[in-house]
Amino acid sequence: MSSVVARAIRAGYREREVLRGVDLVAHAGELVALIGPNGAGKSTLLRVVGGLLRPASGSVTIDGVDVTTLDRRSIARHIAVVPQVFETLFPFTVREIVALGRTSRLGPLGTLGADDARAVARALDDIGATDLADRRIDRVSGGERQRAVLAMALAQEAGVLLLDEPTAHLDPAHQRATLDRVATLARLRGLAVVAVLHDLNLAAAFASRVVLLADGTVVRDGGVGDVITSELVGRVFGPGLRVVAYDGQPIVIPEPASVEERHARAG
Amino acid sequence: MRTVSVFALLAAALVVSAAAGILVGAVAIAPGDVLSALLGAEGTNGTIIRELRLPRVLGAALVGGALAAAGALLQGMLRNPLADPFVTGTSAGASLGAVLAVALGLEPALVPLAAFGGAMAAIALVWRLARLGGRTTVLTVLLAGVVLTSFAGALVTFILVSSDRLALRLRAVLGWLQGGISVINWSELAVAGLVVAIGVIGALLLAPRIDAYAFGEETAAALGVDLDRTTAAVLATTALLTGAAVAIAGLVGFVGLVIPHALRFLLGATHRRLVVASIPAGAIALVLADLGARTALAPAELPVGVITGLVGAPFFLFLLVRSRREIV
Repeated sequence: MSSVVARAIRAGYREREVLRGVDLVAHAGELVALIGPNGAGKSTLLRVVGGLLRPASGSVTIDGVDVTTLDRRSIARHIAVVPQVFETLFPFTVREIVALGRTSRLGPLGTLGADDARAVARALDDIGATDLADRRIDRVSGGERQRAVLAMALAQEAGVLLLDEPTAHLDPAHQRATLDRVATLARLRGLAVVAVLHDLNLAAAFASRVVLLADGTVVRDGGVGDVITSELVGRVFGPGLRVVAYDGQPIVIPEPASVEERHARAG
Repeated sequence: MRTVSVFALLAAALVVSAAAGILVGAVAIAPGDVLSALLGAEGTNGTIIRELRLPRVLGAALVGGALAAAGALLQGMLRNPLADPFVTGTSAGASLGAVLAVALGLEPALVPLAAFGGAMAAIALVWRLARLGGRTTVLTVLLAGVVLTSFAGALVTFILVSSDRLALRLRAVLGWLQGGISVINWSELAVAGLVVAIGVIGALLLAPRIDAYAFGEETAAALGVDLDRTTAAVLATTALLTGAAVAIAGLVGFVGLVIPHALRFLLGATHRRLVVASIPAGAIALVLADLGARTALAPAELPVGVITGLVGAPFFLFLLVRSRREIV
């Protein structure tokens, strides 16, 4: 059971400041969706929280421990990052990819023990990928590769799980399935999950809390219905997005720019 | 099961190729006489076998094993099958170090260390250049490697021509540069062997962590790899292995490229298997290439680099064409 707390984060690259005083909290069992327009600083915030980018100021703590005082190995035991899936040119099997999640727990000789094998098997099972285990990662579909990488992060057995656009290359059914699985695991295992999501409807459907980021600051942090509103979406993302309620949940609908065009199409 | 059979096969092939390397040569010696020469019989046969063929076969095995292990490490860290000590300019840096040491009249036993220094400087420089854009791409590593190889080659030629010490032995040195294992004695072999042994231990310890680079450096870091330390260790290990190899055999190209790639088809991608298997496989490849080099045009000898170049360069082009899209 972990919670991760980022306070007053300022961070950026070279002379460009991307984050200008951002707070982010994720408690055990929560799936926090990080939304916002391109360039808002979502991925940068995720890198800071994951200890991959040192903030210029501010602090990130996990269960009260300052992340900057930990080495990479210790951070990886507390925080798992699910990468956006890239190609790998090498013929790793899915099981070997999942076993990479154990890197931070390898012995001095780099061997995997019984605990590691158990964690790998459990991660494969959690993600419903046991039947994929012996297939080659470069020969499975995009959705299956996404599952393998997610299982890799789960095999880390960290309390905090960070996902950067986990559904970027997936079709709608796989997008839903992936987030459903992550939300369920967050609840069952008490994981603190932060996911950068571009699709506001996915965020509305699966997040327990939503953080809206724009220009490197938090515009609002709250429940789905408090953040994904016509007013806020219009202000932050610009015109052309209508928010309607369906079954108690906000739905964002893209609209053509002009009213006449809309009517012409409807007519 | 498959892994076990591949390793058994490699062990058998290593014994057979070493035996062939010792049995076959410019002077025909009957197998029985080879055996008694190995067991210490005096005379011409004893000299040929113990002072010429045996060190040469061992030297070839060391060079091949070292280059293949270095190639496997580099490929894993750069996550690209196009990398090896030769194409990254590491070998050229090592040859510059070695030639400089000889031109300055250093102890012959120090030549492998000078080669290591040259290799380390070269690969560190290439890495620096490749990182200028912020992200390391294989294309920039290869471009920097090409530039450095030409530059080091030009310096080597300059030193060769201007050094009195080397000018007298120009032909021998040029032959060595092309990849020749012809002139080798036991003391050189011992120093190089020690350097390779240290490099191999480093490679075996690093191999399991190299897998974490499968999705790039950032993911490796997220998985718990200390990038700065691991990268430095991989570069240093590569330089050790390459330095020793170049000190013995000059510029032998493509062994480090072809061997790990071929083994991946048999063993899969996991580096804890791949690096281990690369050592005997590289040794076999170079013992056989050297055998070919000294028998193809017998009694004349080809530099072994000619054989590996003839086989390796087309293979490199084939890989380049196949992975054209991914390396940019």
